[in-house]
Amino acid sequence: MENMDKTASVSLDKKRKAAGASVSGDPSRAANLGRFREAALAALFIAPALLLFGIFLFYPLIQSVYLSLHSTNPRGQVANFVGLTNFRNLFASSGFPNSLVVTLKFILFTVPASLALALAFAAVCRSKIRGMRIFRFVFALPIAVSVSTGSIMWMVLFHPTLGSLNYFLGKMGLAPVQWLTDPNMALLSISLMTVWMNVGFLFILLLGGMQGIPEEIYESARIDGSGPMRTFWTLTLPLVSPTLFFASVTSVIGAFQAFGQINILTKGGPVNSTDVLVFSLYEDAFVNFRFGVGSAQALVLFAIVLLITVIQFVFAERKVHYQ
Amino acid sequence: MKRLSVSRTLAYLLSAVAAVFILFPFWITLSNAFMTEAESAAYPPKLWPTGLHLDNFSGVLASIPIVRFILNSFIVSSVITIGCLVTSCMAAYAFAFLRFPGKKIIFALFLSTMMIPWEVAVIPNYLTVRSWGWLDSYAGLTVPFLATAFGVFLMRQFFLQLPKELMEAARIDGCGHIRIFLRLAVPLSMPGLATLGVYSFLNHWNMYLWPLLVTSSEKMRTVQIGVSMLQFSEMTAWNLVMAGLVLVLLPSLIMLALGLGRLVGGLTAGALKG
Repeated sequence: MENMDKTASVSLDKKRKAAGASVSGDPSRAANLGRFREAALAALFIAPALLLFGIFLFYPLIQSVYLSLHSTNPRGQVANFVGLTNFRNLFASSGFPNSLVVTLKFILFTVPASLALALAFAAVCRSKIRGMRIFRFVFALPIAVSVSTGSIMWMVLFHPTLGSLNYFLGKMGLAPVQWLTDPNMALLSISLMTVWMNVGFLFILLLGGMQGIPEEIYESARIDGSGPMRTFWTLTLPLVSPTLFFASVTSVIGAFQAFGQINILTKGGPVNSTDVLVFSLYEDAFVNFRFGVGSAQALVLFAIVLLITVIQFVFAERKVHYQ
Repeated sequence: MKRLSVSRTLAYLLSAVAAVFILFPFWITLSNAFMTEAESAAYPPKLWPTGLHLDNFSGVLASIPIVRFILNSFIVSSVITIGCLVTSCMAAYAFAFLRFPGKKIIFALFLSTMMIPWEVAVIPNYLTVRSWGWLDSYAGLTVPFLATAFGVFLMRQFFLQLPKELMEAARIDGCGHIRIFLRLAVPLSMPGLATLGVYSFLNHWNMYLWPLLVTSSEKMRTVQIGVSMLQFSEMTAWNLVMAGLVLVLLPSLIMLALGLGRLVGGLTAGALKG
């Protein structure tokens, strides 16, 4: 990029200088003018995005800090400064630490399973076996399902008496499961539904990564007599690791943001067993109108996501193989 | 050769099992949408409808304004998608081709927005939009999403891959940046625009938390909020709910069928090489 800018700008400067010389006889002034106009154009081009980021991402971040240090009335107006009381209350209450634990469990239940499935699907679809185009479409399907549509689809499946899941369990001679009302089961059920929902996007991402691997490498592996499993472990997996790494980062962050399926299927219950962070934030801020406490939770969420992103980068960067 | 066919059979078998896992919820939804109320509430649950009861669709259309919801979602997603394409292309062009002071810092600033989960900003954004009187309006639903860092990176990536000779030739011919941008960079990056467009459209079609917060009247509701209202309404007749879901799923499925080729590879490019 740098190189290109230089060569292009040299030719541009030459031309401008020539033009400038004939008009004013002062080439450096003309070049300065050109440079200024380019910067002005850049400012114009960047302004819309920067303005939007400023209003809807950076300002809110600062505003969150401000709100979290205050108590607020139900209109969202600041009542008085309370210092770190909101944070102290958060960690002193039983609700917030529970939310943290629930969220971590949710990540453990969903992220590895989604990644493993998506990886397997992509590995199968990458091979040029006949009929794989159909499977490719099938595996990508969940990306078209929104969280609310998906939740209601699964609500039918999870129905304790009329749902197909319990019907099949009964067929296999197993006792029916209270998918969404048993405190030990609810988070697992939500996770099952979430894995199903996430697999489409991750599959598309990983398949794209695998298609970027040059065919010749596979060709020579085949000539060397490498079987499909060995090819996968020693060739595909290392070469797709940058994509896998990106997929894992986005999955973990996505799991932290889970809200819709919980709001629709369980409302955080039974006995707070599915009360993930964003749901608890939503309840505090938009059901109980405690914007200060809600903002404190938002900031804790931000800190955790930031920390995890940094950790993932530091650790994974070493193991990831870039071509 | 024998080993190959064994592994091939295994691949088909695993794919088939996986496909059943993915397709089963879709199938239950689709088949229930064509059942009578008695059939869909029967035990044991039926897997096939006895006939195609199309009156479920007219029933759901009559009982909730689902067409209005779909239209709202369509307007919101389209406006956001077009806005994103415009802001992303402009910013990406500046980062790819223009020289200006503070480029690296501003680029890092853009990069950092990817680290801010949107949920963190949701409370102040709600208060902002409310103070502007934008609750329950298209502006409130769309304006906060008109720019994404992901889009800027994806488009910058595409711009940087354009043949350098072409760009130089254009500049030597005396093309200004605005002309190069409109006549060269953008038209030559159609694959990138398509990827970003499909991705952004699907993403915002599926948006849930924000519309839940900022819409209150039925006429502004998006399809996702409308759908989740189905279960709370008096009709818990599954056949009607599922007919509603099928109507809602249809546009995204068509979108996916048309845009899948674009998404594969395109998303990965934006994600990794930025």
